Formats: sequence, C-alpha cells, structure tokens
Amino acid sequence: MIQMTAIYVLWLREMIKFVRAKSRIIGAIAMPVFMLVFLGLGFRRVEFPGLPPEIGYIQFLVPGIVGMTLLFTGAFTGISVLMDRQFGFLKEIMVTPASRISIVLGRIAGGATTSIIQALVMLFLSVFLGFVLPSPLMIAGSVIIMLFISINFICIGLILSSVMKDMHGFNTITNFIIYPIFLLSGALFPVQNLPVAIRIFSYLDPLTYGVDALRGLLIGYSVLNVYSDFTIILVTSVILVSASGYSFNKGEKI
Amino acid sequence: MNTINLNGLTRRFGDLVAVDNVTLSVESGEVFGLLGPNGAGKTTIINMLTTLLAPTSGNAIIAGHNIKDDPEGVRRSIGIIFQDPSLDTGLTGRENLNFHAMMYGIDVQERKKRIAEVLSVVGLVEKADVLVENYSGGMKRRLEIARGLIHYPKVLFLDEPTLGLDAQTRRKIWDHIKNLNKKYAMSIILTTHYMEEADYLCGRIAIIDHGKIIALDTPAGLKTRLEGDVVTLGFEGKTELFIPALKEKPWIREVLLHNSTLTITALDGEKRIPDLFVLAQESGINITSVNLRKPSLEDVFIHLTGSSIREEDGTLHSHMHAGMRRRMMK
Repeated sequence: MIQMTAIYVLWLREMIKFVRAKSRIIGAIAMPVFMLVFLGLGFRRVEFPGLPPEIGYIQFLVPGIVGMTLLFTGAFTGISVLMDRQFGFLKEIMVTPASRISIVLGRIAGGATTSIIQALVMLFLSVFLGFVLPSPLMIAGSVIIMLFISINFICIGLILSSVMKDMHGFNTITNFIIYPIFLLSGALFPVQNLPVAIRIFSYLDPLTYGVDALRGLLIGYSVLNVYSDFTIILVTSVILVSASGYSFNKGEKI
Repeated sequence: MNTINLNGLTRRFGDLVAVDNVTLSVESGEVFGLLGPNGAGKTTIINMLTTLLAPTSGNAIIAGHNIKDDPEGVRRSIGIIFQDPSLDTGLTGRENLNFHAMMYGIDVQERKKRIAEVLSVVGLVEKADVLVENYSGGMKRRLEIARGLIHYPKVLFLDEPTLGLDAQTRRKIWDHIKNLNKKYAMSIILTTHYMEEADYLCGRIAIIDHGKIIALDTPAGLKTRLEGDVVTLGFEGKTELFIPALKEKPWIREVLLHNSTLTITALDGEKRIPDLFVLAQESGINITSVNLRKPSLEDVFIHLTGSSIREEDGTLHSHMHAGMRRRMMK
C-alpha cells in the first residue's frame, strides 16, 4: 500500500538536509566538474571514428558527465540508508505505520530530486566550457530521462545497503560496482569502440541507455532511438524498485 | 483489561533460542518491567512486539492488533523509545517531532498543539529549534520520549530508557515516566538491567534469563517470596539455647553466627523483631544492636539466576559488584 504522506515526509526530510549540507553538495559536484573540465579541455580536439564530425568532444562528454552525476549521487543516496541504520533513524521510520514500499518510494523521491538538481547544475555549468544548450523542451525531456536514471541507481544503492552491514564495504562497492557501471556506459567515449567481449557488458548496463537517451535529447545524437532507450530504463526501473522493495521488506536486518 | 497478550512467543537465531515460549499479559495502565542481564532476550521481545522482527512461533496481540496479521495496526497503537539513539541529528528537535507526527497522519493544527504539549512534558521548549546534533545525551533521550508520545500511543515501549545516563538525569527520566503513565493512562513496558529502576517504576516485573521468564511478580512480591528479610543482631551471652530456639520457628529461614553477630533471614522481619527479643530474653541473651534490611531485587536476581545481573557488562562497576558479592558469600 502506497501512502503519499509517508513519501512526502521522507522527501521533505531529504530536501531540508540537502539545503543545510552545503559542503556536501559542493563535494558531490566537485568530481564531475573536474572530470568535465579536464577531460573536456584535454580531449577537445579528439575525433572518434563513427561520430559525426560536427559533434565536438565537449558536446559528446556533457551528457555523459550528467549521467555520471546521477549514477554517483543516486547510488550514494541508496547506500546512505546504511547511515540511517547506523544512527538508528531507520528503526524509527520502520516502527511508524508507514508501509515498507512507501519508505522505499520516499527515499527514491528525495534522492531523485537531489540527484536531478545536481545534474542540472552540471548541465548549466558546462555552458562555460562551450556546451551548446538545446531547446527548453529538450531539457525538460531530459529531466524525465534523468529521473529514471536516478531511480535505477538509487535502487541499486538500496539493494547494496541491504546486503552490506556497515559502511566498511563502501570503497569496494565504489571500485567494483559504481566505477565499472560508469566506465562501461559510454559516458566518456563511444561504446562501439570497445572490443566485443567488453561491449557485451556495456549493453547490460542501464546507464548506457540512459546516457544515450540524454545525448539524443541534449545534442541530437544517439546510437539507439531515444524511445527505445527510454523503454529500457523504464523497464529496469520497475524491476529494480520491486527488487529494492523486496530486499527492504525482509525485515531481518534492523 | 489486558492491552498486551503474549502467547508462546518464540524467536530463534539459528541454534540460539533468544526468546523461548514467553507467555504473559499486561493490563492497561500498567508499568511492566522486563528485567534481565544483557543478552537475556529483552530487546528481542521488544523488537517482535514492535513488528521489527517476525517471531519464529507464537503470537502476541497489542491493543487488539495481532503482530503477525496487522503489523501496521500495531505500529499505529504503540510508541517506542529505543535502546540506541534513533533521532535524525541533522534536523532540529521540532522537525524530528513534526515528521514523526506527520507519519501518523496528524493534521497541522493538531500537530502544533501536540508538539508544544510534549515539549513541555519533557522540558525541551527552549531547545526545540536547535539541531539535535547539539543536544546532550539526556536531552536526546527526552526528545525521544517526547517523540514516542506525540501520537498518543496506547502502549509505550521503553528499551533501557536510562542506559548510559548520569544519576541525576536518570532520576528525572524516571519521574517523567511516572508522570506520563498517570497523565495518559498508557500501558508501559520497559526493559532494564538496573534493579533500582525496575523497583522504582514497575508495578510488576518479569525476570528473564536465557529467553525464559523465571519469575513474574510485583517488586515487593518478588522480594518477600524469595528471600525474607535480613536481621543482624549484636548480642552478649551464650548462644547454646538461643540458636536452637530460633531454628525451631517456622518464620526463620536461616541463622548464621559470625563472631558476636547473628545474621538471621526471617519472613516479615520487621514484625518478628519483638519475638526475637522475647526469645533472646528466655535464652539468657542480651541484644546490643539490631539491623533490619529488606532484600534488594539484586538479591532476588542472584537467588533466581545464580549470577549477578551486571556480570556481563564488563565495566569497572560490575567488577566491584562481583567482588562485593564474592566477599558477601564467604
């Protein structure tokens, strides 16, 4: 049973904390900013085979970095359930009448909002590097894509947090799950340039389709049709929301 | 009327039986204590009753809701103050209370009224808009108590409410708990391993060890039923007649002679002191001093479980206690 109030309370809590934690926000967008600036400037003259020559590397890179921002902030929002568990707040939520699925959805709502805000900040900052913004309609469309990308990775974070007991495994998770998702997604270079053996993994990565859809809307170039990309991340979202609801519902790890 | 009924409640973790077939009921308006050493199963019982943990077998009904079939109904009827802190330290006290009240679907006007009310109950009105990370331990505890009350629960669970607090704060929290029980007429279940706490607050106490209830009675009942009173007599004269005369009496449990003092365990000790004087006179003994001591819950606990309640917490305090006990046993 979905309770809107519970979702709203958890979303509001996330917003208040987001506004208060200014240093955390700066920390969270520092890395994508560096990636954007240094990769963007350093590789600006690179020409990838198969890519239309009118698309410069900055144009190509920005949607990838937006995707990366969504991946990292989303996954860490999911894993931050561990912090709530550590500080006992999770238990407090669990004894209120809120249903488990509402708790998961509230977390997703809060996390997705903050992720999208950060991704949009990245998008507008990139203008200073020469990124040409598309029409407002396309930006609005890309926000919908951003929403589903963040749902995917918040859920992956939530599932990981139910497997992990504390924050000790955090670096392992980052190095062996989050980075591979990022590097395989084609955020930095066209996936088609990878050897087939590795490319297979790229096609299993939801971020590949997310970044491709963002490119389709933001720079007018995508490998797949944007609607196909969207359908794929929509389907993976539904699967991952159900899976994280299930992993949260077992109720054994308090 | 009972607000809580536990029926054969059992929880296993692998081979370990943490809670073993516990059956008990708590009346409405009662303060009921679960007393036991660390690891006795108290918190596991609380976690099952608050629907955080599913029982392996058995069942419990809380305020008319079954913990297995209607967990959301149970959660709507209860408030809980956890053993470990469970506040969001990045929010203010008022925000913590407000979010909690929203979860129970209380409307804005009513929320404002109740927040003001519970803040004054726990004496945190002035600190309400300070971030919780700047609160002291006692203030956090009081805020948690306020939060547990805001939705007017029928049953309040307190899991080690004063663990780790200083003596003064502990005393204040005890008074809060007593007042709450009076003011809201709610049933309170508290777990503790402090004897004084159980003694001071609870109408009835269940002593739990290894997941089982080994005794259930009022604090006074537990003490009289198990030990009698300890009377220490200083005397002059010979004891050849006195000791056998004492041992004949049915109300005497135990007589120990040590130098020129007699330690007597007697039922209803305070009423038997005149009898002791009469017996002493008849046996040609001159009593020089009398001391009467009620057995403490700790005496009862040692008697029942064969171990001190503090044995497992490994603090300096517990070592001191263990040492004292060893000396007393000699």
